Amino acid sequence: MNAAAAPADAPSSVSGPVRPGPPLWLLLELTYRCPLHCAFCYNPTDFARSGPELDTQEWIKVLREGRALGAVQLGLSGGEPLARDDLEILVAEAHELGFYINLITSGVGLTEPRIRALKEAGLDHIQLSFQDSTRQMNDFLSSTRTFDLKSKVAALIKRYEYPMVLNVVLHRLNIDHVEEILEMAHRMGADYVELANTQFYGWAWHNREQLMPSRAQVERAEEATRRYRERTDRAMRIFFVVPDYFERRPKPCMNGLGSIFLTVTPDGTALPCHAARMLPGLSFPNVKSASLEHVWFESQGFNHFRGNDWMKEPCRSCPEKVRDFGGCRCQAYLLTGDAANADPVCDLSPHHHLVTEATARAVQAPARAGESPGSAVEKPLIFRSPANSSNLFP
Amino acid sequence: MNELSAQSRPSIGRGFRLQWEAAQNAFVLLYPEGMIKLNSSAGEILRRCDGAATIDEITASLEQAFSTSGLKTDVIAFVAMAHEKHWVSLP
Repeated sequence: MNAAAAPADAPSSVSGPVRPGPPLWLLLELTYRCPLHCAFCYNPTDFARSGPELDTQEWIKVLREGRALGAVQLGLSGGEPLARDDLEILVAEAHELGFYINLITSGVGLTEPRIRALKEAGLDHIQLSFQDSTRQMNDFLSSTRTFDLKSKVAALIKRYEYPMVLNVVLHRLNIDHVEEILEMAHRMGADYVELANTQFYGWAWHNREQLMPSRAQVERAEEATRRYRERTDRAMRIFFVVPDYFERRPKPCMNGLGSIFLTVTPDGTALPCHAARMLPGLSFPNVKSASLEHVWFESQGFNHFRGNDWMKEPCRSCPEKVRDFGGCRCQAYLLTGDAANADPVCDLSPHHHLVTEATARAVQAPARAGESPGSAVEKPLIFRSPANSSNLFP
Repeated sequence: MNELSAQSRPSIGRGFRLQWEAAQNAFVLLYPEGMIKLNSSAGEILRRCDGAATIDEITASLEQAFSTSGLKTDVIAFVAMAHEKHWVSLP
């Protein structure tokens, strides 16, 4: 008996049409309502014209169908999922079904009665977002006054014996604070810290120019993270998510569209990634009228980018396509206008200059820690809000 | 940090959950935003790590279930690795 723990039962090679495995990751964006107004939010900028939210019974149907398909990791996100007053009901149902349940939250609304009820309902994990290590920057970046409240929530999460996972989105205005952010996380007793460099979709795409760090900033942040790891006991695990604009190969986005990930938007639209709704030529069913089984196996929107047949050069003949799947379809679309192009993060892409030009522009207006927020650039940040969404998409 | 011995009683580590997944025909270890799919040997060992059974008892149970013998070295090596990765804790 060989007691190794390597992933077993690797699928044998198949030819012909791609038959996907189960959607192991199910992410429910329960609502677009959110007390924060983060300028780097990945939610679509046109969310204000989204249809009405699914009701409790409709979400329960999604949970049951997803679990029957083999989904096991469940993300409850938004917007702010705590804005739904049926969150405890959904968590209880998901727990009964055998999901591992992750709540992805700003912490706003996580009172002691609610965390107690969520714990009793079977919530497994809470990921708490912070915008910065300082009250001033946190509150500026989320356009709210929430820093003290978040600190209290962090203490609640510890008291209810959840693993403490802090997520901090990095960008030009806070990336120079990495060391302070790690110290704050340590003081709060964090078990994991995700330093997630901004990915440029949704509101972050709209604010890309103001949020893009310079290469020097990214290198300093990586160095600060390395130094911090060296001088601490490693009890706190740190994940530094490298900003892909500074890479030469694209990220294996979603492990390929329609491979393991399925997300449902507040109005019930099923998508193979958070941002895929923007992709032209794809149709995505609504879970109110279609079963998740149909969505996953049959729908045009989920099948279109499976396998390799959709690829163009240089991806089509590239040996690395099995590793990165050509990168991100949404990034290819946003930057080049064609979702079937190689992700221009790849330096083999004929459009790679679009990425290097965007990062080079960031060098010309470097932000400095201590400078008053937003003063480094003339164009103002557009914060995520229903009013700004309506203004952008009248 | 406790030493691993034949009398250790390993249990699934804090923050991890062991679960049988029919859709994957495998035991999986679930943790915040992640999953490890276990091969059958790893799954069979971990499902016996209930905090009550000793390494010796786990070994005996496996040897009986699979009509074999001499598994103790493998079990200890696996549990040591699993402990290192925090998949199990040793009380």
